[in-house]
This record gives sequence, structure tokens and C-alpha cells, in this order.
Amino acid sequence: MRTKIGYAAILAVLIATTIALARPSGGTVDGKVTYEGTPAKQKPIDMSKEPSCAKQYATPPTTETVVTGPNNALANVVVYVSAGAPDEAAPSQAVVFDQKGCRYIPHVLAFQVNQELKVTNEDQTSHNIHPLPKINREWNKSQPPGTPPIVDKYDKMEFIPVKCNVHPWMHGTFAVLKNSHYSVSGDDGSFKLPNLPPGKYTITAWHESYGEQTQEVTISGSETKSVNFVFKAKPY
Amino acid sequence: MGKLFAVILVIIALASAYPIATHVFVLPEDISTHGHAIDDQLSDTMAEAGFSFLGAQLVLAFFVWKFAERKAGAKLSNIPGGAKLMVAIAFIIVGAEVFALGVLGQKAWANVYFTPPRADALQIQAQAGQFAFYFRYPGADGKFGAIHPDKIDEGNQNYFGLDPANDVESRDDIVTGELAIPVDREIHLLMHAKDVGHSFYVRELRIQQDFVPGLDLSVHFTATKIGKYEIVCTQLCGLGHYNMKAYLNVMSQDDFEKWLKQKASEQ
Repeated sequence: MRTKIGYAAILAVLIATTIALARPSGGTVDGKVTYEGTPAKQKPIDMSKEPSCAKQYATPPTTETVVTGPNNALANVVVYVSAGAPDEAAPSQAVVFDQKGCRYIPHVLAFQVNQELKVTNEDQTSHNIHPLPKINREWNKSQPPGTPPIVDKYDKMEFIPVKCNVHPWMHGTFAVLKNSHYSVSGDDGSFKLPNLPPGKYTITAWHESYGEQTQEVTISGSETKSVNFVFKAKPY
Repeated sequence: MGKLFAVILVIIALASAYPIATHVFVLPEDISTHGHAIDDQLSDTMAEAGFSFLGAQLVLAFFVWKFAERKAGAKLSNIPGGAKLMVAIAFIIVGAEVFALGVLGQKAWANVYFTPPRADALQIQAQAGQFAFYFRYPGADGKFGAIHPDKIDEGNQNYFGLDPANDVESRDDIVTGELAIPVDREIHLLMHAKDVGHSFYVRELRIQQDFVPGLDLSVHFTATKIGKYEIVCTQLCGLGHYNMKAYLNVMSQDDFEKWLKQKASEQ
């Protein structure tokens, strides 16, 4: 009997916590990232030098410097609160940057300062991960197939290009950010920054080929404000 | 004991010569027009070096056998003329050998390196960089666009540093990761390195040429057999050297044109 009451109490606490966490604790900024103009044509990647990767694709995958969706949507844009929010401690959960089919998945990985980063290799070939930070510490590590993930963290905010020293076509980005208010736009260009306490914020949108744009937004209460970003695309 | 050593010497010498003389280790099939001269040169060199090796070993074994049971205190005798004459003779023999190989070999070498390619040879540019080869075809206009190293953007497949925004000639250039060529047509390969020294080696083509940073080098060859062959880097160029390779794809003229059209549409 006592055990039952104990379980019920634990269950009640769990439910209460879940409800408390699920309830929006502030306002939300959402919106869409689009482009105008003609973006550069994305070229098929010639992986003939690495047959174990090339055979994973029926048609060759294309480069990802500009990834677009329907209605001029622009994907892989990191939208984040660059000013107005305090710096936050890193969450305990690690983020994973995977190497599969000689590509980086995801192409753009956003995470927080001092958050654990795990780089995994699912391929039958060796990779050599070489992030190219300017202010963080640079490293360059080889990862043969079947070896454990490479674990690291970055202690300063920075957008870090990542390349593979063995496969020149492999490129990605680490977006190391100071707080948890960030989102990477999907194929529909949409993003959402929830749980923003009332205040004035600077929202920055960063794209690897088109640079960055900022907009100011003021949140009061638990309202949702829409902010849209439009990048100018060039064919070359 | 000494006599046993002499016998072992003879056995080792003959056993080493046997696989060479009976062609146990054969070269892969030659698919080039110039390759037979290289192959002949290789067998000449092997024969000359082989006979010298065998001769030296057998002479050594003969002397070991003859003097194996020499009594202590026996009189030593020198070769007539002394050491000086012997060294002079050795110089002359080795010199003649090297000279003969050089004279014979320069023909095979000169055919590849000291003759210009035909005027209608197909020009293809090859770029070696850590750790991949990339190739560029001039496209419909027959002209290569200029190279701007600062514009190299590998994530965007711009391995050569082309500037299509401002340079019209580079817009139709075709950049690929494999070297596709038509069979029976001379290829003029224009080579440059992006970073450090590399080498272009295709066994079946009997061509091995270094890429040297800062130098524009070239080779020309004609492939005579359709097929896919491996291009490997044979100059230690860094951590990923073992994985630096590409493929040479020799195609019929029709297939090559189709391939080129397909690649042009992907650029």
C-alpha cells in the first residue's frame, strides 16, 4: 500500500514538472528565411575516388553551400539571439556530427559554448575532421572506420567551417552559440525561438554563403512575434 | 663449412634469379603507345643487372670454395696489377654499363618527355592537392578559364579557383574527379600542384610524373585499350597520401562525348 502511494506521489511530481516545462515560459519569435534572386547552382559531388561512399547514392548528392526549398525557402540558416539574452551554461546532452556517405550530417550543426560535441564516423573509410576556428583552439584528427566518436567542446562563440582533409568535397559548419535561443532553418525556411522572457532582443540570421542579417524585436508577455529574413542570392 | 657457404651462395643467387628470368612477376598489361619502349628498357636493365648480379655471386662463390680450406700461414697473392688496376677496371665496367643503359634508355625517355604532343592532342588539366586529383576540360570554347588560388572553394566544388562571375571562359570549364579520355587519341595532360609535391602514376600507362608546386609540367600519351585504371599518388604528400587516388577511364570516342556532355550539364 505504501509503495503504491509512493509511486502515485512520484507520478504526480513528474506530471506536474512536465506541465510546468511544457507551458511556454515566455514569448516566441518565429518566421521564415527566404532568398530573392538566383542562387548558385549546386553541383553533383564526384565521389569516384571513394567508391565505398559513391555506391551509397543512386544519383550523386549535390553540394550544400546553398540549400533551398519550395517558395524560395532558404535552409541551413542559423537564427539566434545575438543580444538581449544572458549567456547560458551548456546543456548536459551532447550534440552529434555524423559522417555518412562522405558527407557531414547535419551540414550545419548549432550548439552551445562548452556543450559536448561528438563526431562519429559511419563510413567504411577513414575521415580526417579538421574544423578551422579563428578564435577557438584548432585541431585536426583522423578517424578510421569503427573507431569511437571524437569528443570535444568549444569555449568561445564562433562559426567554424569544418572540412575533411581526406575528402575535399566534405564541408560543414559548427555554429557555437552563447545561449539556447537558436534554431537552424529547415527546408521550408522556417525557424522558431521559443521561451523568450519579455525583453528587447537582437535576432541574427547567419548563412554560410550569404553572410548575416540582424533584426530587433521586443517581446512582452507570452506573445509570438514573426520575423522574416530575406537574403540576396547570386548565381555565381 | 666454407664450402657449404659457397654452395649456399650459389643456391641463393640462382633462386633469386629464377623468378626474374622466368617472368614470375609480370607487369600489368601496357595500354599506351609508348609503353613497349619502357618495357623493353626495363627488361634490358633487368637482364644487365641480373647477369652482373649472377656473375658477381658466382665469382664470389668460386673464390669462397677455392680458398675455404686454406692452411693457416699460407702465402697470400694479389691480382696482377694490384688494387689500383682492379678499381680502374671496375670503374670502366660499371661506367660502360651505366653508359649503355643511358644511351639505350634515353630513346624511351625522350619519346615521352622530349617530343611535343601533336597539335590536335586533347588538352586536359590535372591538379593534385591533398588528397585528391581533379581534372579540368576546357568546355565548348576550347579555352581554360584563368585560375585564381584565392577563389578556391572546395565546399562549392571550385577546386581550381575559377571565377565564373567575371571570367566568361571559365563558365563552361568541366571539372571532374575522374580522368575520362577517348581511346586512341593523344592526351596532353597539363599538371600543377595545389599545395605540396605529388605524383601522377598509372601503371598500365607506364607513366609516372611528379607534380611540383610552382611548376607547370606536362606529359602526353595515347591510351590504346578501353577500361578503368587506377591513378595513384606516388610521392608521400601527407597524412592522407595512402588514400590519394583517382580513376583513369578510357572510353570509346562516342562514350567519351556522351560523358563530357553529361558532365557539362552538371557544372
